[in-house]
Amino acid sequence: MKARLRFMRRPSGAIGVAILLFVIAVAVFGPFVAPHPPTKPVGIPLSGPSSADLLGTDSLGRDVLSRVLYGGRSVLGLAAAATVLAYLLGLSIGLAAGYSRTLIDPILMRSVDVMLCFPPLLFLLVLIAGAGSSDLVLIVGVAVVQAPQVSRIVRTATLEVSVRGYVEAAIARGERAPAVILREVLPNIMVPVLVDAGLRFTYSILIIASVNFLGLGLQPPSSDWALMIGENRSYLAVNAWSVLAPAAMIAILTIGVNLTGDAVARTLGRSYVPRAMRTVSA
Amino acid sequence: MSATADQPVVRVEGLGLALDTGAPIIEDVSFQIAPGEILGVVGESGSGKSTLALALLGYTRPGVQFRAGKVEVGGESVIGRDDRALRALRGKVVSYVPQDPGGALNPSMRIGDAILDVLRAHRPDASGEESLTAALARVEMHRDRGFDRRYPHQLSGGQQQRVTIAMATVCEPPVAVLDEPTTGLDVLTQDRVLAELLRLRADQHMAMVYVSHDLAVVARMADRIVVMYAGRVLEAGPTSTVLEHPRHPYTQALVSAIPDVRQPRALRGIGGVSVGVGEWPKGCAFAPRCEHAQPQCESVVPALATAATGLSVRCCRWQELSLGQAQASSVRMPADARGGAPLLEVSGLEARYRSQSDDQPAVRNVSFAIEPGECVALVGESGSGKSTIARCVAGLHVPSAGTITFDGRPVPGAARARTLDVRRRVQIVFQNPYQSLNPRHRVGASIERPLRILRRLSAQAARQEVGELLQRVRLPARLAERFPGELSGGERQRVAIARALAAEPDLLVCDEVTSALDVSVQAAVLELLQELRVDLQLSMLFITHNLGVVACIADSVLVMDQGSVCEAGPVDGVLNAPTNDYTRRLLKAAPSLSERRAPAAAPVELRATAPIPPL
Amino acid sequence: MRRGLGAIVALLAASILIFLAVQVLPGNAASAVLGRNASPQAVRILEHQMHLDQPLATRYVHWLGGFVHGNLGDSSVALAQGATHAPISHLISGPLSNSFILASITALLMIPLSLGLGVLAAVRAGKPTDHLISLGSLAGISMPEFVIASLLVAVFFVALRWLPPVAIVPPGTSPLSDPKQLVLPVATLLLASLAAGIRMVRAGMVEVLQTEYVQAARLNGLPERRVLWRYGLRNGLATSVQVLAQNLQYLIGGIFVVEAVFGYPGIGSTLVEAVQNRDATVVESVAMLIAVAYVLINLVADLIVMLLVPKLREPA
Repeated sequence: MKARLRFMRRPSGAIGVAILLFVIAVAVFGPFVAPHPPTKPVGIPLSGPSSADLLGTDSLGRDVLSRVLYGGRSVLGLAAAATVLAYLLGLSIGLAAGYSRTLIDPILMRSVDVMLCFPPLLFLLVLIAGAGSSDLVLIVGVAVVQAPQVSRIVRTATLEVSVRGYVEAAIARGERAPAVILREVLPNIMVPVLVDAGLRFTYSILIIASVNFLGLGLQPPSSDWALMIGENRSYLAVNAWSVLAPAAMIAILTIGVNLTGDAVARTLGRSYVPRAMRTVSA
Repeated sequence: MSATADQPVVRVEGLGLALDTGAPIIEDVSFQIAPGEILGVVGESGSGKSTLALALLGYTRPGVQFRAGKVEVGGESVIGRDDRALRALRGKVVSYVPQDPGGALNPSMRIGDAILDVLRAHRPDASGEESLTAALARVEMHRDRGFDRRYPHQLSGGQQQRVTIAMATVCEPPVAVLDEPTTGLDVLTQDRVLAELLRLRADQHMAMVYVSHDLAVVARMADRIVVMYAGRVLEAGPTSTVLEHPRHPYTQALVSAIPDVRQPRALRGIGGVSVGVGEWPKGCAFAPRCEHAQPQCESVVPALATAATGLSVRCCRWQELSLGQAQASSVRMPADARGGAPLLEVSGLEARYRSQSDDQPAVRNVSFAIEPGECVALVGESGSGKSTIARCVAGLHVPSAGTITFDGRPVPGAARARTLDVRRRVQIVFQNPYQSLNPRHRVGASIERPLRILRRLSAQAARQEVGELLQRVRLPARLAERFPGELSGGERQRVAIARALAAEPDLLVCDEVTSALDVSVQAAVLELLQELRVDLQLSMLFITHNLGVVACIADSVLVMDQGSVCEAGPVDGVLNAPTNDYTRRLLKAAPSLSERRAPAAAPVELRATAPIPPL
Repeated sequence: MRRGLGAIVALLAASILIFLAVQVLPGNAASAVLGRNASPQAVRILEHQMHLDQPLATRYVHWLGGFVHGNLGDSSVALAQGATHAPISHLISGPLSNSFILASITALLMIPLSLGLGVLAAVRAGKPTDHLISLGSLAGISMPEFVIASLLVAVFFVALRWLPPVAIVPPGTSPLSDPKQLVLPVATLLLASLAAGIRMVRAGMVEVLQTEYVQAARLNGLPERRVLWRYGLRNGLATSVQVLAQNLQYLIGGIFVVEAVFGYPGIGSTLVEAVQNRDATVVESVAMLIAVAYVLINLVADLIVMLLVPKLREPA
C-alpha cells in the first residue's frame, strides 16, 4: 500500500488528491448542507450575493450556492459510471484481443480506427439525435466512445505481458485461458491501465459536461454545474457568480483529476504520449 | 596535441565518480595506455566499466559526477572542461563506439552524411569525399556499392556497428573507447568486427579501450587487462599473465567460470551476488563472495599492490595465496548411466509463424531424440529456429508438420491438448529471468502453482514442499515470502528452475537460461543444472547460442542454421572434428581463453596508489 | 496506398455507424421530427419524403450514394415544416465556411505555438521554463471549452469591456469583416487545444533527446545546435506531426461547444441545432462531413510522417 500511494509525495499528487477529495465532498455532502432546495425560487432573479444567498440567485431566482452544492452529483456520477463501463468493455476486449492474437485482434483494431473518425462529442451528439437523451444514453455513449482507446492500451500491454515466462509457464501447465488472464496477465497490466484511468475520467467529465452545457444532456430544472453555466451565461454581467461558481467547480475538478493522474504517471515512470505513437520515432 | 610515441595517450589517475547522492560508482582507478595499445576493461554488471568508458570522454550520465582524480587524453585533461573544449576532444582525440549500433545511429540520416557530420565538426576544411571513402573502406564498406547512401535500417547489425566504427575513426583520433561493441552481435559477425578492429589498430596505430563483460573476447583483443569489480580495479596486467596466473581470487574465479569450447571443464560459479552501487561493503568489495576471505578483508579496502612489473593486485592476501588455473576435466555423465528407449523423439518437425511467408518456415524438417538422462544441446545464432523447437516441445507452439513422441506415445502440439502426465513430465525454463516470474506473486506462490495443478497436492502439502525445492536450487527457504523484484537475476533463474522441478519432470527444456546472466552467475546455474541432472536423472534439451556452454554441459549437440539442422552428433565429435562448413565457422569464431594474442605494444607500467583508508 | 484504402474502409464503417445511430435506434425519425401529436397521415407523408418507407439498406445506399456525389439530400425538419425542397448543401455551405475560417485561424496559431513551446520545454526539461510551460498547460488541458469561454468572457467582456461576448455573423457576410468578434472564440479553442499539444510534443521530444543516437552525436563532438536540430528535433518531428494531427481533430471537436457559446453560425451550431430538432438528415450529413475531415487529417499526417521517417517509406 505504501508503494501505491507514493505519488502523494509529489506536490502535484498531494494537491490533486486534496482538490479531488474537496470536489467529491461537495458533490456527496453538498445536498445535506445546502441552505435551500435547488429548484425552488427563493428571491429576485439574478440578485447579487447577499447574506441570505451567499452567491446570489440565478435567472429563475434560485439560490446559486444551493444549486452548486446539488450540482456535482450528476456529472461525477455519470462520468464515473461511464468510465467504469468503458473499462469493463475495454478491459475485456483488450485482454481477449491481446491474449488470443487471432480473429478478435484485427476486428478490434479496425473498430478503433472507426471510432477515431469522429470527435467523441460528435458521436454522442449523433447518438442523442437518434435515441434521445437520457442518463443511460449518456453513460453508454461515453463508454462506447472511450472503450476502444482503453482496449487499445490494454491490448498493447497484454501483448507485451503474454509472451513472458510466467504466462507461458502457465500455458505449458495447461491452465485455462481465463485463469491465466486473471492470475498472470491482469495484475501485470494494471500500471498502464491506471495511468490511463485519470485521463479517461477527465475525458468523461469533459464530454458529459459539454453535452449538458449544450442543453442536450440533463434537462432543466436539474441542477448540474454545466447546465447551470449554459442557463445563466447570458446573464454573466448581472450575477457573475451564477456562472463562475459552477465553472470554478468544473475547472478545479478536472485540474484535480489531471494533477493526480500526472503524479501517478510520473511516479510510475510513464509519459503522456500513448505507446502507439512512440513506435514511429523508434 | 597527439602524444608522441613514448608518452601515454591516456592517463587516468585516482579517478573517482559518484552519484549525486554520494554513493561511489568508481573509486581510485588508475591506468595508462601507450599509443597503439589495446587495454581491456573487464567486469560484470555493476562494476562501473561503462561509467569508466564514458568518463574517458569527459561524459557522465545524468546524476553522476566526477569526484576525484585526473583523466588525460592526448595530453589534455577532460575533467572540469567546458562543453566547447570537450566537443573539440570528442571524436577528434578520443572517439566512442557504443554497444547498440542500431540505437546509436540517427534513423533519419544517410550513413555517409552521419560520418561526414563527425568530420565536419572537427575538420571543417577537410575534403569530405576522400575522408568518407577512406573511413568506409577502413571498415570494408565500399562506396561504389552505395553504402554511404543507405539509412541505418537498411543495414545489418554488423554493418551498423562498422558504421559507428567508421564514425569513430574518420578523424583518425589517437584513442577510441569501445563499450561492449560486439555484445549484441552474433558470434560470426562478432568475429569479423573484432578482426577489423585489430587490423585498424595495426594500420592506424590507434590505442583502444575495450570494455566488455566477456573475458574471452577481451583475451583476444587486449594487450593488457584491467579487471574491475564494484568500481575498483582488482587486478591489472598483461593479458596472458592475468589470465594464466591470476593473482586475485576474483580474477581466478572469473576465469574458472568461463565455459570454454576448446577446454571443456567443470565450471565453478561464484557464490553470492555482485554488489550494487550504494551497497559497497566496508572492506574489500569481493570479500562476501570470496572463498579466501578472512576477517581483515571485511574491514579494510586493500591497496593496489605491485605484484610484478606492470602487474598490480588489490588483495590483502595475494602474496600468501597461490591460485592455480582451473583444471581441465571432463564433466559429462558417463555413457553407461544413460540408455534405453528414447524419452523424447522429434521427427520431421516444421514450425511457422503467422507473419512469415509460406516458403520460409522458422523450423524445417528437424529430427532428434533424447535418451533418458541425456542432455541434448541445440546451438545456433539468433533466428536459427532453436527456441521455436523448445517451444514446440513444451507445447507452446503448435508445429505445422512432424511428430513429437514422448515416452513412446505421440503428443499433441498444444499444451492444453496434452495429458496431465505429459504436461507434468515436460517442463521449461525461460531465457529472461526478469520476466519468467510473475512480479505480483510471491516466490512461494509461483512454485506452489505447478505442485497444485500438475501434482494435485493439497495447499498445505504444496506449501511444505516449496521450502525443500528452494533448498534444492540452493536458495534459503525464507525466499518463499519474497517477491521476485527483491531477487537478483541469478536467484530468479534458480526460482524458475525450482518451479520447473516442482512438477517432478523427466525432461527439462532450458531455453537460453543463462544468456541474460553474468558469467559468474551463469557458471553457478550451469553447475546447479549439472548436479540436478545427476541427482534426479533428468533429461535435458538445452538451447544456447554459446558453444562453450555446449561443451561444458551437453552429451550431444545439434547445430542449427536458418531453421534446419546442419550437423548433429556427440559433443566431442562435433566440436573436435566438425564436418559441416557452418559448424566449422562457428567454432572458429567462438572466442576462447586459450586463444590469446601476444602483446603488440610494450606494456606501460601501472602505478600503485596509496591504500584507501576504511570509510 | 494501403493507408488510403484503410481510410476509405474506416469511413464506410463510420457511415454505417452514423446511419444506424440516427435511423435505427428507438424512435422513428419522422415522428421524432413532428412531435408526439402529429397526425398519422402527416407522419406517413414525411416518411415517404424521407424515404423511411423503404428498406434500411436501400435508404443507406441512397444516402451514401448521394453523399459521395455531393448531394446531401433535404433537411427533414424543413420538409416537416412544409417545404418541398430544402437542400442541406445550401443550409450548411455558409456555416461550413465560417467554421473553416475559425478553425484555420486557430490551427495557424496552434501548430507553431505547440511545436515551439513543446520543444522549448523539452530542451529545457527540468528547468524553470519547463515547469512553467508544463504547469500552465496542465491547467489548460483540464478545462472544457465552455468553462474557458465563460472565464474569458467574464474577464474581457464583463470586467474589462474589451471584447464582445458573442460572435454573430449575419448571413452573407464574412466573419473576417469584424475580426474583434473572433478573438474570444479563437482564444478559447486555442487554449483548449494548445495545452494537450504542448504536453505531447514535449513528451515526444524528451524521449528523442534521451535516445542513444543523440548521446552518440554528443560523444562524437558535434556542435550542440546540430545535435538538437538534426538529431533531436528532426526525429522528434514525426511524433509531433501525429500529435498535431490529433490536436487538429480535438480542435474540430471543440468547435461544437465554442460556436454554441459565442452564438457563432458555424457547422457546430448547425449540428447542435439539428440534434435539438432531431433533424436526422442534417445530423447524418454534418457528422459524415466531419468524419471525412478527420480521416483526411489522419491521412495527411501519415504522409508527412512517411516523408520524415525513412524506414516507413519502404513497403513493409
